[in-house]
Amino acid sequence: MHPIVSKEQLSPNVTRLVVVAPRIAEIRQPGQFVIVRRGPGAERIPLTIADVDKAAGTISLVIQAIGKSTHELTSLSVGDAITDIAGPLGTPTHLMAGGHAVCVGGGVGTAVAYPIAQALSRNGVKVTSVIGGRSKDWVIYEDELRAVGEVIVCTDDGSYGRPGFVTEALKELCEAGGIDEVFAIGPVPMMRACSELTRPYAIKTTVSLNSIMIDGTGMCGGCRVAIDGKTQYACCDGPEFDGHKVDFRMLADRLNTYREFEQAALERWTSSHSGAAGMTLAEAGQPASAEAH
Amino acid sequence: MDDLTLAARAAAKPEPLPKKERMKLLRGAMPEQDAMARARNFAEVNLGYTEQLAIMEADRCLQCPKPYCIEGCPVAVNIPNFIRLLGEGNVKGAADSLLGDNALPCVTGRVCPQETQCEQVCLRAKTGTPVAIGYLERFVADWAITHTDSFERATPAPSGKKVAIVGSGPAGLTTAGELTKRGHKVTIFEAFHAAGGVLIYGIPEFRLPKDIVQKEVDRLVDAGVEIRPNSIIGKTYTLPELRAEFDAVFVAVGAGLPVFMNVPGENLKGVYSANEYLTRVNLMGAYNPDSDTPVLHGQRVAVVGGGNVAMDSVRTARRLGAAESVCVYRRSRTELPARIEEVHHAEQEGVRFEFLTAPVEVLGDEKGWVSGLKCVRMELGEPDASGRRRPVEIPGSEFVFPCDMVVVAIGTRSNPLLTATSPELRINKWGYIEIDDNLQTSMDGVFAGGDIVRGAATVILAMGDGKKAAQNIDAYLRGELAAPAAVEASAAH
Repeated sequence: MHPIVSKEQLSPNVTRLVVVAPRIAEIRQPGQFVIVRRGPGAERIPLTIADVDKAAGTISLVIQAIGKSTHELTSLSVGDAITDIAGPLGTPTHLMAGGHAVCVGGGVGTAVAYPIAQALSRNGVKVTSVIGGRSKDWVIYEDELRAVGEVIVCTDDGSYGRPGFVTEALKELCEAGGIDEVFAIGPVPMMRACSELTRPYAIKTTVSLNSIMIDGTGMCGGCRVAIDGKTQYACCDGPEFDGHKVDFRMLADRLNTYREFEQAALERWTSSHSGAAGMTLAEAGQPASAEAH
Repeated sequence: MDDLTLAARAAAKPEPLPKKERMKLLRGAMPEQDAMARARNFAEVNLGYTEQLAIMEADRCLQCPKPYCIEGCPVAVNIPNFIRLLGEGNVKGAADSLLGDNALPCVTGRVCPQETQCEQVCLRAKTGTPVAIGYLERFVADWAITHTDSFERATPAPSGKKVAIVGSGPAGLTTAGELTKRGHKVTIFEAFHAAGGVLIYGIPEFRLPKDIVQKEVDRLVDAGVEIRPNSIIGKTYTLPELRAEFDAVFVAVGAGLPVFMNVPGENLKGVYSANEYLTRVNLMGAYNPDSDTPVLHGQRVAVVGGGNVAMDSVRTARRLGAAESVCVYRRSRTELPARIEEVHHAEQEGVRFEFLTAPVEVLGDEKGWVSGLKCVRMELGEPDASGRRRPVEIPGSEFVFPCDMVVVAIGTRSNPLLTATSPELRINKWGYIEIDDNLQTSMDGVFAGGDIVRGAATVILAMGDGKKAAQNIDAYLRGELAAPAAVEASAAH
């Protein structure tokens, strides 16, 4: 059992849970994730480890409430416990030493980018973060990222930072030159756009893929993605891959596999939890399976 | 006719039947759920012998002076002994005998391929039908699991030694049981949230009910085995870390990577590995409509492969509502590796077989969903290395089987998570762990068995390894085991 020691609402649908998981806190490396099962009967879902406190033996899980499982997780309170957390899983981020990296975070993907930015900074890399949200309320992890480098905030409605998408800010940085690597983490269309943008500049671009998973150890093969035409498993070969080689169309397509099921499950859940801040998948603007990010 | 109950037998103490009389008795059929009903539910197909059937079947055993059945059993269960005790009405004695030899008899009584093991070499098979050893095993084991109060908890003197077991499948559970009997403190590390390995994620409810597996696991926990779920060796801990903390380690992680066909279209929506499909349905309970974990309900389903996993998948698809559920196998019926009973049950449930057929491409629609499986017909040519006749493609025989779901059940291979973080551990070119005759690996005090050594095989072979590993680990802990024979170096790592 993993007790929840703190809970914080970061944006209208993103919640941070700090949970007790000492072993994972001790050994996790940037880029790794856990598989969480809230309790008996619950789904197993992959969630990124946004941060750890080794001394306290806790890890931070940043969860976007989209489907039933994520709504249930974010409905838990301090003092409640999560039954199962397995990990740390996935291949850690390959961290360069020195140079200049740009970390692009879209929505909840910003929380995935944060531990990477933090580790890069510790490695002597100059980090520029470009983070975005639909409006000011949706921007997360800004203060944490400011602690490791410059931050450019973009909002779709211009209510905060510069107006427009993260890709526009990224383009300007690419044109200015001197970038050794770009990390782009967020919704599939954003990662695809960032990868296409950096391709002509031949800047190495790493993305973190949020495939559907069950075990997270390579056993089910459900998370398969096509990298340079070859099938790989996001859970153990990834989740980070070269964005210039990812088949994003296939990824987006496979993420939609259970869309109807997820919509129905969410509707059942919201109707039995009247008053809960439930959204439809369409309102959330992405498939429920994109929960990892 | 005798009053055929255990109590009546035990009270009457009849003289054993003469052999001639025994030979006249016919093998009792296993009571089953009606085929049409069960094709749409997940309740167990085989209902189990009644007391009367069990006693009549026990009477068929000839009590051979040289029992070949024991040799035919990978865990060497003293079959004539437990059957004799059962025939005397002494089911408790039969259970003690059986449990002394086999840590998971409820499981093996249901899933062992008896027809190629104990029952194949039964003397009665020569002139007719063998004694239904598996059905009798199940009867006695099920009695034991529902009468746990009849068994005293064994309290072996603690040895003071600690053993880590990696994986809670049939090999790991067997070793745990055997080592605990010898007084060692056993901790099992399991990657999933629940123990049982393939017994809970792979084999479906209708063949092996999960509450039965849970009771077998509970019996081990009661005996003092500690189970640590959510512990992935190679990630959460490494093998060298375990070795440092424990006096010995047994690696029984199975062959945990699915094999795909490597044909175009395999990443379309609606293509599952059997591992994923069965895990969703079994471990995650997706057969229940209220489950949080989704699974696709294909209407026309093609399952590729001919082993027990293929049978489990094709029968599961039928139960989840498939109007047509077809097993596509590249060889002929004779070569099917699945248990005969599973094939027979599948056919009764309306599963269709396409023999001598091999997929060449998965076809999809404009939305990325599976729309068909393009196949070719095969014929059997010369025998290959396995001794089976090699299937050869018949030119120009391509055809399309329209379907909305494909399950790939053509085997599994080794998962590198554990071995990648154990540089001292020698593996072969396929990634399987190399061992000597005592199941010792190249790392001192580390033993391995089951599918991670032999490649995808059966529950009972894994259990046989588990039993042998326990004997050797026990000897190792007492300082009585020879140092590992030099495991031949390989190109791996």
